[in-house]
Amino acid sequence: MGNIVTAINLRKYFPIVGGVFRRKIGDVKAVDGVTFTIKTGETFGLVGESGCGKTTLGKTLIRLLDPTSGKILFDPEGNLPEDPKIGERINNYDISSIKGRKLKSLRRYMQIVYQNPSTSLNPRMLVKDIVAEPLVVQGLAKGKEAEERVLQILERVGLAREHLYRYPHEFSGGQKQRIAIARALITHPKFIVLDEPTSSVDVSVRASLLDLFKELQKKMGLTYLFISHDLSMIEAISDRVAVMYLGKIVEIADPRELFNNPLHPYTQALFSAIPIPDPEVKRERIILGGEPPSPANPPSGCRFHPRCRYAKDICSKQEPALIEVKPGHYVACHLY
Amino acid sequence: MEAILRPDEQLRVKDLVVRFYTYEGIVKAVEKANLNLKKGETLGIVGETGSGKSVTALTILALTPLPGKVEGGSILFKRINGKVDDILKLSEEELVKLRGREISMIFQEPNAALDPLYRVGEQVAEAILSHRLPEMLDRAIESLKEELKNGNGGFSSKLQLWAYNEMKKNPDALKLKLVKKLPIIGKTISRKLNQVVRDEIIGLLRLMEIPDPERVVDSYPHELSGGMQQRIVIAIALACSPLLLLADEPTTSLDVTVQAQILDLITRLKERFGASIIYITHDMGVIAEISDRVAVMYAGNVVEVAPVIELFKKPLHPYTKALLEAIPRPGASFKSIPGTVPNLVNPPSGCRFHPRCPHAMPKCMKEVPELRRITKEHYVACHLYGGEGYGKHSDSD
Repeated sequence: MGNIVTAINLRKYFPIVGGVFRRKIGDVKAVDGVTFTIKTGETFGLVGESGCGKTTLGKTLIRLLDPTSGKILFDPEGNLPEDPKIGERINNYDISSIKGRKLKSLRRYMQIVYQNPSTSLNPRMLVKDIVAEPLVVQGLAKGKEAEERVLQILERVGLAREHLYRYPHEFSGGQKQRIAIARALITHPKFIVLDEPTSSVDVSVRASLLDLFKELQKKMGLTYLFISHDLSMIEAISDRVAVMYLGKIVEIADPRELFNNPLHPYTQALFSAIPIPDPEVKRERIILGGEPPSPANPPSGCRFHPRCRYAKDICSKQEPALIEVKPGHYVACHLY
Repeated sequence: MEAILRPDEQLRVKDLVVRFYTYEGIVKAVEKANLNLKKGETLGIVGETGSGKSVTALTILALTPLPGKVEGGSILFKRINGKVDDILKLSEEELVKLRGREISMIFQEPNAALDPLYRVGEQVAEAILSHRLPEMLDRAIESLKEELKNGNGGFSSKLQLWAYNEMKKNPDALKLKLVKKLPIIGKTISRKLNQVVRDEIIGLLRLMEIPDPERVVDSYPHELSGGMQQRIVIAIALACSPLLLLADEPTTSLDVTVQAQILDLITRLKERFGASIIYITHDMGVIAEISDRVAVMYAGNVVEVAPVIELFKKPLHPYTKALLEAIPRPGASFKSIPGTVPNLVNPPSGCRFHPRCPHAMPKCMKEVPELRRITKEHYVACHLYGGEGYGKHSDSD
């Protein structure tokens, strides 16, 4: 299997304006030089604390936000070359600066499901109109045909014909999220960004949504970018996981490897903080002092060095590169 | 048997019934809930949204949110003076003394719990001044006397000394009110007291492991991160060393690393202040970490109570089992609980879990199961298990 999305040195800065003339006085470096690839058909988990740039990264990848610099390669067929060399071929797939009609035609292949369905669904629209909207916008189907396709997709996510003529407020949280999923799936996308899709629902509903994601992935050949701060859930659902800290990816590995053998000191601290649902196991906690620094003014060198227990001289001077220390296990730390 | 608690008991909620009168009908939010809490113990309450866990906590403070009404039951609480009172029967005056002093609460959203218009220091001071004024006055008087003895104090010290002694006699005296209105003098009067309170607050913030407390006292809530805000809320809650601390999902809106810091803090403070804690959450991991005993709530009923290790090792109620299986684990497929939380306007008859229960029997649809004692400290409300009634045991023991 090839790759579906590749980000090369991707950056997204948000300007800070101030003063009388609203001049730019700085940048919030939400995503700051991120390089990774997502393989076709996998679930790529993205974890990190709030404010580390996970959502910005997800939105930038599908061009809901315009990147400040860097390249995004996307191939709906899922056949990106394994090692894209700079040159002709890369530009064929580069979507980081395409615009207008070209971008719109690609939108049907990339979709997003947001965190809170009560705010991402228009309360004044009927379910059938909400779900059919992408079809209408893309000019794929209208009227009777659109309704037929809406019905098909609703049945797929576990809703039925009787739900067509209802408003979002008539549904429970889990059902609303299913409507949002149906809307994302109606154009038969290839790549879906799931931005904390289960954080607004209860434990018992959460499990059924995760099951649904797995099932849909198998049946429709989807690739997910699964953003979450719930580490145990990421561990359970992902094929590979990336850990983000302050706009940078610090570690990528498959979940079992990452949880059993975390290499980056931040990953270690993050995982030791997960409460274990077993009262007899008492794990040694690495309590991180302080809080993440502001992304407007990140620390020099390795961004984690002020909170790191292994910090050395080099850490405050030089930024560590993301290197492969074991097959498939990448880490950005001077210790390795 | 009126108003009696066992010597090691701090609180007992008995057959509590809370109903909400809404347009859609009567929401039976809490139905015959039974809980008890020992001194110095942490009781975890788990349940999904709408299981009545927050309503129960608020009712313990006699703050049942409108349009809710307490329709029955009692909440026995051992007061600071050793007397046992039914909170639901206390007068509003008594409740004001109780809230914040003997029982206090930490809420889920720290930025909603703090007033954005007041500095952190003022908000902590409010709790201290309303419950610990005499103590603070004593400290201020002590320090003023010291000053006068050393010959540093002038007229203003004498004035403050007079005012504080008056305040100790009667804080609402008319002459004090008048003096406070005077220009300059009015401000001078509270100078020492403010200083004493400020020192107390800074000490308290330091206990909460807040870095640079001198700066934080003078900042507004929005200048602080979520974790810091929650520490402030905890500081307010612990300002008067309460007997009982109600924590309603205090870490749900925080990141795991910050959650770990806060849980660690709560555990250590509990030892220091010797308070009992009721910790409400839906996260089984947090429950395993922090509680001594666990009560599982479902649709307004307490369905199982057990020591934490026993609950995780040998869950009895089918709902508890399902809840434990719904925790995502790597490798295993997720087991969701079929169906949804019932609408409490028209809850299922009999056992409220029966429509989702894999072991439902005809009896479950008709009879409401009582919370029964199975082993020494393990109680369950399910027809699958026989045993003695809960009420019988706790009275005789």
